Amino acid sequence: MSLVPDGLKYTKDHEWAKIEGAVATVGVTDHAQRELGDIVFVELPKVGANVLSGQSFGTIEAVKTVAELYAPVSGTITEVNAALAADAGVINQDPYGTGWILKVKLDHPSNEGLMDAAAYKALI
Amino acid sequence: MGTIGFRAPRNGACAHSGAGSGCRKGSKVTAGKKTPLYDSHVALNAKMVPFAGFSMPVQYSGIRQEHEAVRKAVGLFDVSHMGNFFVTGKGARGFLQRATVNNVDKLRDMDAQYSALCYPNGTVVDDILVYRLGPERFKLVVNASNIDKDFAWLENLRKEDKEGGDMALRNASEELGILSLQGPRALDVARQVMESDPALVATYKAGRGKVLGVDTLYSRTGYTGEDGFEFFPENKDLASLWARLLEAGSRYGMLPIGLGARDTLRLEAGYSLYGHELSDKTNLIEAGLSWITDFAKGDFMGRPALEPKSRPGGMERKIVGIELLELAIPREGCLIRAGGKDVGVVTSGTMSPTLNKGIAMAYVVVEQAKIGTELEVMIRDAGKKAKVVSRNFYKRAKA
Repeated sequence: MSLVPDGLKYTKDHEWAKIEGAVATVGVTDHAQRELGDIVFVELPKVGANVLSGQSFGTIEAVKTVAELYAPVSGTITEVNAALAADAGVINQDPYGTGWILKVKLDHPSNEGLMDAAAYKALI
Repeated sequence: MGTIGFRAPRNGACAHSGAGSGCRKGSKVTAGKKTPLYDSHVALNAKMVPFAGFSMPVQYSGIRQEHEAVRKAVGLFDVSHMGNFFVTGKGARGFLQRATVNNVDKLRDMDAQYSALCYPNGTVVDDILVYRLGPERFKLVVNASNIDKDFAWLENLRKEDKEGGDMALRNASEELGILSLQGPRALDVARQVMESDPALVATYKAGRGKVLGVDTLYSRTGYTGEDGFEFFPENKDLASLWARLLEAGSRYGMLPIGLGARDTLRLEAGYSLYGHELSDKTNLIEAGLSWITDFAKGDFMGRPALEPKSRPGGMERKIVGIELLELAIPREGCLIRAGGKDVGVVTSGTMSPTLNKGIAMAYVVVEQAKIGTELEVMIRDAGKKAKVVSRNFYKRAKA
């Protein structure tokens, strides 16, 4: 079964956010990487760009399919996981760890519209 | 966990490949027909998806891993969803000569031949394999999605054919399964499981004999670009044969292979897939299949429309291979541009696990179809640099 760690926040579009103070780390869930299959690359905005909660910020390409990435939070991108450019397959291997995608400085700390682990488990 | 929750990308078109795609947004796994191996696939933890009316495994361990197993070792495919027809009787040979595009008279007993059924306008009913089992006994293997259509089409042709009263057509699709053993180690596995020497079965030859004690037709055929064998056991023998083949192959690194890797393998090998490169809207010659079309054999269905296309200047568009020159994955439906004009459309595309590049098959206007021509593939509103290449993206080294 898919892993859904406690302590993270989730979207219905299968992204997760780990909110620590004013910064959120963002990725896609274990369920998402399983459904996508072998991930080939991600197209992402640059550091300094703004993301808006619920809005698309990039795409994730797997061998058989492509999916949009939706921001779980609003804010400014402070870091993009550089390891993904060399091997996006780390998202398949470790979606909540080394397969993280973005770090975002939050406009205003809020969990609005996000699910906790129990609610997300119920969704999938 | 059947449905996919991801939202569709910004541009609906050019997002998804069709065949074997397990990841269509919002697609629901509906209760399709099951091959006799359904429970075996579920037990192997396969991800099951609807395909051609069947619930089929799109992947077991992962597309890349399965793809690599077939390229470097060996893989086993359940393709029992495909159709099996028998054409028998005195009139069978003459009927098939008129119904199919290839020359049935070139077949001796236990030969297989790639061929096609065409409509009068030269578009494609189906691409098929024709086996001559005896002078008056032929078997056709047809695409799963076309079983009912093909049978009805052939039955109508039979009624109008001058020898139609001297032959019989039978749809044995629900009685027979097909297992496909593919990869450089396929011969090693075949040696373990076949009573007779598989090395004596040449490419596109068939035989009948015992495979792990099961009496079955077999042939040296496949759809991956690798050496391989296909077995046609009766349904009742299928599950045990599948399990025992997997066991026999384990020492050679054999994996069960799903439709996802089947699609990337056939695409790398440059093989057409019905519903993509071939359809009732594509001319067989423009689809690159003039090599299976025999104009010397006499009249056959579709000939009047196919022959002009085969002459110099006859084609308006043709199928080509496309290789992306930047990191991007072309998908079915992506438009192709040159000099600011639309010049074609992608019929199948993927990330080639062997080449690690985006590759595609596409129809382009003949003026832009020369190998080396630089084009742009439109992927989510952005033109990605690409060039026309041979459709044989992957060619196995000759043994």
